[in-house]
Amino acid sequence: MARWVLLALLVPFMALHANAVIETYEFSTPTLEARYKALSQELRCPKCQNQNIADSNAPISRDLRAIVHEQLEAGATDEEIILYLVDRYGEFVRYRPGVDTNTFWLWSAPLILFVMALAVVWIQIRGDRKETTVESNEVRARQLREKYGEAPK
Amino acid sequence: MLLKRFLPLGAFLVLVLLLVRGLSLDPTELPSARLGKSIPSFNLPVLDAPDMRSSEDWRGKPALINVWATWCFSCRVEHPYLLQLAEQGVTIYGLNYKDEPLKASQWLVDLGNPYAETVVDQSGDFGLDLGVYGAPETYVIDAKGIIRHRHVGVVDEQVWLEQLQPFFEAD
Repeated sequence: MARWVLLALLVPFMALHANAVIETYEFSTPTLEARYKALSQELRCPKCQNQNIADSNAPISRDLRAIVHEQLEAGATDEEIILYLVDRYGEFVRYRPGVDTNTFWLWSAPLILFVMALAVVWIQIRGDRKETTVESNEVRARQLREKYGEAPK
Repeated sequence: MLLKRFLPLGAFLVLVLLLVRGLSLDPTELPSARLGKSIPSFNLPVLDAPDMRSSEDWRGKPALINVWATWCFSCRVEHPYLLQLAEQGVTIYGLNYKDEPLKASQWLVDLGNPYAETVVDQSGDFGLDLGVYGAPETYVIDAKGIIRHRHVGVVDEQVWLEQLQPFFEAD
């Protein structure tokens, strides 16, 4: 019984979530619709920092979705649409910004960090090797012999 | 050996520097993509008049373009200061953005009109060309109609003195 009451209490929240879904557009071909979905996923809402325009309810995102829809139907390529928006809102609207002087470090950071990690690993391994020298092995062997006696022949 | 001992400290200091820098940045402040370019061409009706204005009409002297709307709360906050600026002789053009012209006219009657003239962008198309992402926004244009600065948010005395006024002194 209590479980059903709880479930009933949850129902309005499900409805709320369904209401949050934003407007839908009709596309003449499924390809256009797929491109619309891809574009609206990777275009960033200028107003709301960390949301793409597909997820954002901000008025500006609604406008940008309308632009993407309109231009797709008019036959624009993905690059043309992105360029159109970058012209107006800057590289900020792209979640995958192009490589320029501003984003050089952003794009090269993974490679640089990888090389640094390799260097650290290399230095560590080299350090380990240095410690297991013939002398250190002999010291260790002597210690073990003192503790356990000579190995039986 | 000494280097190895101080390496973590050095790395820590670099991290602290980066974090302090990160905290002092305002991520909501985006530079306009239109800086250094002419205002996009437009042809829009003037509020409360039967005339049309184009981008050519706003050339000749440095001015502010203030993007406002009656639905925008912060616009009401900055309005008194805009009136003050207009009184000091600063030319302010209004861009009534995605608003109802009737409400906009009433707003200017009720609160006073700081604008040399206001154009009506009901569809928001010109705003989009300009790169507006929310009101209020204020642009500085020079005498050639080139966008020199964009401020997002309320214009108050501090913003005027630190960010906007320098562009008016230069000309």
